[in-house]
Parts: sequence; structure tokens; C-alpha cells
Amino acid sequence: MTAATLTDWTRTRPQPTWLGRLFDNKAFLVFLCLLPAVGLLTVFLTYPLGLGIWLAFTDTKIGRTGQWVGWENFEYLLEDPLFWKAVFYSVFYTAVATFGKFALGLWLALLLNNHLPMKSLLRAIILLPWIVPTVLSAIAFWWIYDPQFSILSYLAVDVLGIRDTYFDFLGSTWPARWSLIAANIWRGIPFVAISLLAGLQTISPSLYEAALLDGSSAWQRFRYITFPLLLPILAIVMTFSIIFTFTDFQLVYAITRGGPVNSTHLMATLAFQRGIAGGELGEGAAIAVAMIPFLVFATLFSYFALARRKWQQGEAND
Amino acid sequence: MTDATAGQPETQSTATVVPEKMAWDSRARRMVTIYVPLACFVIILLFPFYWMTITSFKPNAELYDYKRYNPFLIDSPTLDHIYKLLFETAYPRWLMTTMLVAVCATFLSLLSSVLAAYAIQRLRFKGSQYVGLGIYLAYLVPPSILFIPLATTVYQLGLFDTPFALILTYPTFLVPFCTWLLIGYFKSIPYELEECALIDGATRLQILRRITLPLAVPGLISAGIFSFTLSWNEFIYSLAFIQSGEKKTVPVAILTELVSGDVYQWGALMAGSLLGSLPVAIFYSFFVDYYVSSLTGAVKE
Repeated sequence: MTAATLTDWTRTRPQPTWLGRLFDNKAFLVFLCLLPAVGLLTVFLTYPLGLGIWLAFTDTKIGRTGQWVGWENFEYLLEDPLFWKAVFYSVFYTAVATFGKFALGLWLALLLNNHLPMKSLLRAIILLPWIVPTVLSAIAFWWIYDPQFSILSYLAVDVLGIRDTYFDFLGSTWPARWSLIAANIWRGIPFVAISLLAGLQTISPSLYEAALLDGSSAWQRFRYITFPLLLPILAIVMTFSIIFTFTDFQLVYAITRGGPVNSTHLMATLAFQRGIAGGELGEGAAIAVAMIPFLVFATLFSYFALARRKWQQGEAND
Repeated sequence: MTDATAGQPETQSTATVVPEKMAWDSRARRMVTIYVPLACFVIILLFPFYWMTITSFKPNAELYDYKRYNPFLIDSPTLDHIYKLLFETAYPRWLMTTMLVAVCATFLSLLSSVLAAYAIQRLRFKGSQYVGLGIYLAYLVPPSILFIPLATTVYQLGLFDTPFALILTYPTFLVPFCTWLLIGYFKSIPYELEECALIDGATRLQILRRITLPLAVPGLISAGIFSFTLSWNEFIYSLAFIQSGEKKTVPVAILTELVSGDVYQWGALMAGSLLGSLPVAIFYSFFVDYYVSSLTGAVKE
């Protein structure tokens, strides 16, 4: 039943104009409503995604349309030690940073789930690292990691006296890698903590009361109540976190730009260096395309976690 | 599903306290297990901001001399760095550009997301689920794998090095999120209200404007804030699509224009970072609750 039939029935009401009737046509309205969003996403997301895959198989350079070269870009990358270094560091960076973020974030969420004074203020403060532009906080970290004037070195050497020499945060391979991971964890903790806190607040307190009556220890309550009930939300947050850590660009670009000696390149920064800065669009696109399998894996992970959640709650698909 | 979560005020927090008032729970123990770690977290999370702030107000003599001055305090605060930033660089212009881009991208994304979410959730056409799923999947495509082909697309459309390149590309990561958030909001509005309006002879667009949108205002605010902060913070597109120095956005400009040579002007850099963070931090502080509810609501959906 539509409004149009109603207007025919009540004669007293003025007849809608043809424009009004057009806007009451459901198919037209659906089309009109979806047009901006779907149009934008098609032109600036779906099309470039396809174009990127096509570019990866060409030798396009900036200012020159490319020829189809088949798997040449990928064959070249497979023999490129720098590419493998970037793959290794991307995986390592994602694994360690995700582990750190979730361990510390879960801890922070459990702390915040207690009865605290000024809780909402505390929550607002904790989210700050997540709000502030990543690049700008990365520059602050860059300054904190300065070889000569690092405040951390000053604390360790001159105040606490636990070291004789200043830290060389960004000067050599492994310290630079760990420093970037630390900065990433710092930025990721708030998001994880606040999301998991929301999950914790949905767990019914009566479960804990029952467990307490049965004489459970704090660890047992965490292991058998908190953790399993938090698992679905944990899986989703983790998927997002993995995707956005793996494709991270800003932190590395701002702090080290891939150095020292290309040891801290992630796949995204390498793609930028080759594709935009170096002008080899085809090769850059090939590196970006090489990230897709990892992302598909993470998405499937999310899908199955969601399915499991619905099954756990015994709820129909709505 | 937990669709009511997004808009709901924080009434739960007091009700869901883990029961821990047992005999063993002394004050001291609570102090050690909760307050001390919490204080450490807050200090570590805030330290970079403190350091940023204090560096931007220190004169250069203090900045590089930890022996004579306590590095954690300012001996004689100065506005030199900020003055230099505002009057000797194009910083005000970068701020204006960033603001313009963020506001336009937010507006565009909100408009298209409201319409899309309304169509998917309320008009209930055949295949609406799949459109919803497609938009959700779009959220999982990160900018890092798109920027190279997008750069060529932007170039082909003749938008390279103009603010439109950013205004039109930012919605690619804003629209999926906002749509998803608003679908959740529309779901929580009773359908009966719309049916009543339909029977009273309102058109679909009137219903959207007069009934659904006013009820979804909290959702709109959440989506708006989220979009604004995300577009303010965006980096990779802005780095790749904008070439001329005076058209850059703040995050990119600070990194590419202020860092020159081997000697870094840490005072100016930190002042730039501080000023670039302040607008979004202030904006956020007015709407913290909306922001938190959108963040957690989107995750729970």
C-alpha cells in the first residue's frame, strides 16, 4: 500500500504533483538514495581497486601509460631482497604490535572496569592518543627518540644511572624496529582498551556472583567467564587492528622513512617509495597488490568470528 | 543484535562493577592492583603530549641543555616558536585548507551515508542486505593499497593538486563507517512511527526529514565527529595527491615543509604538532560521549 492509493481515496486532499509522485515511487527513491554513496565508492574505491590490480601487471611509470608485462613485476619482486625485508618487517611489526596492544589494552580495560572516581574523564583522557593525528604524535616520538636530546636517554643515563651511553633509538636496524613498534602500541592501546571496555560492560555481573559463590579464584573468573564472553568482540577488534597495523604507513614514514638502510620499510612505505616517489607506478601497485592476500585472510577471520558469535547467542540472522 | 548500544547513555557502568568487596580486598591491595598500574598507563599515554607542549614553549637555549635546566619544567616560557610558525610559514593556510577539506568531506559523507543507510534499513528493497554487506566490505579496504591507482584516477579526472582530490576521496573510508553506524541507529527507531506517518499521507522524503532524522540526531553527531577527526588525521592521500607547498594539509605540511636540512627545528615542529592537534582535541572534548559511543557501537554491531 502506498500513499498514492490513499490520496485517490480521500478526495479532499490536494493531488500530489508529478514530482511528489516520483518521490513516492519506491524503486526511484531507492535508486536516488543509494546513488551518492554507491557512486562515490564505485568511482573512488572499486574502480581504483581494479585499476591497481591491472597496474600491477603493467610497467606504467608516472607520465607514461604502460604495457602489459604479465607477472614480470612480481617475478622481479620475488628476487628483490628489499621486498622480502619489507614483508618480514610488516608481519613482525603486525604480530608484535598487535600482541602488545591487546595485552596492555585488555589490562587497561580490566582496570577501567572497576568502580573508579571520574571514570568518564579518565576515559576521555585515555582516548587522546587515538584522536590526535598520527603523524603529529609520531613527530613527538621522533623528538623523544632523538639521538642527542632524547628525554628517555637523559632519564636512563643522567637521572637513574642505569646506562652509560645514550640510546641509539633510530640509528641501527633492530632498535629502530622496536622503537616503531613501541610507538604503534602506544597509539593503539586506547582503541583496544575502550572497545574491550564496552564489551566487558555487557557481561552480566550475576555470572561473577555465581562464580564467587562457587569459590572461584580471580584467575578462574577471568579465564572461564570474562575471556570467553569477550572473545567475539575481541575477534572483531583484532581483525580491524591487524588490517590497519599491517597496512600502516604514517608512523614509519614520519619517524624513519624506512631507514636506517631500508630496514624499517613496511610494504605500504615501500610501495609509496617505489610507486609515487620513484615514479614506478606498476611496481608500487604490485607491492600494494601483494598485501591483499594478507588482508583477505584477516577478513575471513572476522567473518568466521562473527558467525560463531551469532551461533553462540542462539540468535537468528537479522 | 546489540543495536541499542550506540545511543544509550552510560547507565550501565555503575551497575556492572565486578563484585570484589570480599574480606581480602583491603584498601592497600586495591591501591597496588588498580591505581598504580592505572596511573602508569595515564602517565605513559599522556607523556608525549606533555613533552610536545613543553617543547613548544621552551626557548632554544633550554631546549638543548638538560644539565643546566630541568628538562621537565620551563624556566622562561616563550612564544617564539609559535610566532615563527604563524607569521613566517604558511601554517595558517595549511590550517584553513585542512579545516575546509575536513568539513566538506564530513558533510559529503554524512549526506550520502544518511541516504544510503535510510535506503538499506528502511526502504527494504530486494538485495538491500547485499548492498549493506558490500559497504561493510569497503571499510576493510585500507587506503594504503588504494593510493597508487587513486593517484592515477585523480590525475585522469584533473583533480590532482586541488582540494577536491581530498574532498572526494576521503568519503571512501568515511562513507562505509558512517553508513554502518547509521544503519544501527535507524534500526533502533520504531518502524511504527513511519507507518503512522505514511497513513497520514506523508511522502517518504517528508518522513525522512521530519521523523527519522530528528530521532537519529545522536547518530548523526557521532558519525560527524568520527568523520571530522578521521579526515583531519588523514595522511597518505594528502601526501600523494597534493604537490604544491601552500595547498597541503597540516599533517603533511609539518612533515614535508617544516623539516628542512639536517638540523631539525624541534621547537617549531612541536609547536606545529601542538597547534595541529588542538582543534581536533577541542572538538573531541565537546563530544566525548558521542565519540565513545560511536566507537564502541560500531565495534559491537
